[in-house]
Amino acid sequence: MKDLFHGELVRFTFEEPETKAKAEVRWQRDTEFHRLADGDAAQLTSEKKIKEWFDKQAEDGFKPERYSFSVRTLAENQYIGSLGLWVDWIHSEAWVGIAIGEREFWSKGYGTDMMKLCLQYVFTELCIERLSLGLHEYNPRALRSYEKCGFRLEGRTRKDIMREGKHYDSLWMGILRDEWLQIQNGD
Amino acid sequence: MFDIQTQLFEGQDIRFGPIDHEKDPGVESKWTHDSEFMRLMETSPARPMPAAMIKKQYEKLEKQVEEDKNLYHFMIRAKVDDRLIGKAVIQWIEWTNGNGFIRIGIGASEDRRKGYGTQALRMLLRFAFAELNLFRVSAAAPEYNEGAIALLQKFGFVQEVCRRKALERDGRRWDLYIFGLLNDEWRNQA
Repeated sequence: MKDLFHGELVRFTFEEPETKAKAEVRWQRDTEFHRLADGDAAQLTSEKKIKEWFDKQAEDGFKPERYSFSVRTLAENQYIGSLGLWVDWIHSEAWVGIAIGEREFWSKGYGTDMMKLCLQYVFTELCIERLSLGLHEYNPRALRSYEKCGFRLEGRTRKDIMREGKHYDSLWMGILRDEWLQIQNGD
Repeated sequence: MFDIQTQLFEGQDIRFGPIDHEKDPGVESKWTHDSEFMRLMETSPARPMPAAMIKKQYEKLEKQVEEDKNLYHFMIRAKVDDRLIGKAVIQWIEWTNGNGFIRIGIGASEDRRKGYGTQALRMLLRFAFAELNLFRVSAAAPEYNEGAIALLQKFGFVQEVCRRKALERDGRRWDLYIFGLLNDEWRNQA
């Protein structure tokens, strides 16, 4: 059986609320990080409040449609980011969002490695038919990474987001189980 | 005459109105017994619902409208007898980006193909673009909902995204289309 939680550069973990809250406070100050990861307005939240969110999550356990992971590097064992999945069991589809808060790990293949682990998890452990994601036009680095993993660009909602007075498209991507299996079998 | 004198909630044969907590639950309960309608309107599994459950949903909905401030919900009523014929909704509004997501449904089969959907969409778009001042609106339609696709195209919506095989129904998978219309595109044709 394949190792679901270890890639070539990173591994999936689940960090304690304290660890996550401390990192989140630092990452929130980086508005470029926020704008790459999300479409809403940047926001600053206290460590206490963030820890309350994570505490609540730990108490409630995970909902059946939510899967989330913390991500550590294999080499340094450093906590660098997170990955979240929202599953629609009825239509056998999931949505994924990934984020690397530690900037020195951008553009070095960590995101691609996270996504490859995620694809393996989605198609061999959750066993669903389709994985989807969204990103913004101003994030070409993410687009390249997702294409490398096998996602196809399925369209763009025009001028969907506004940053610094300019409108940008949102990009929609998807990969089907059969397409992923084909990649695994060396095309 | 200023445009503000043209009523937003009055159409030719229909009007937008608030929820009637006494009368509407029974009507909407009937709609939920029509699986064809439910599958055109929702992607969640169709299931018949009693009026009491619909009533609870209305209360939840009005609370959400009040708290979240990113949702507008209208009941579509026939002008002749004020009966409930459908719903028109703008949801998931992102105020910072000026976008929102629209949904329209005409509940009873005898009220379909009478132009009520067209009138409702015309009113809803005017509300979205001339009252909420949104920059763009989006809508979703599965490939099997030909009525919805034709209606959106009639109003100049552009099919922007094809989410391949995103839905499963009747033992096969279907594409889900995302449509978009920009404020200036709407204005130039209005």
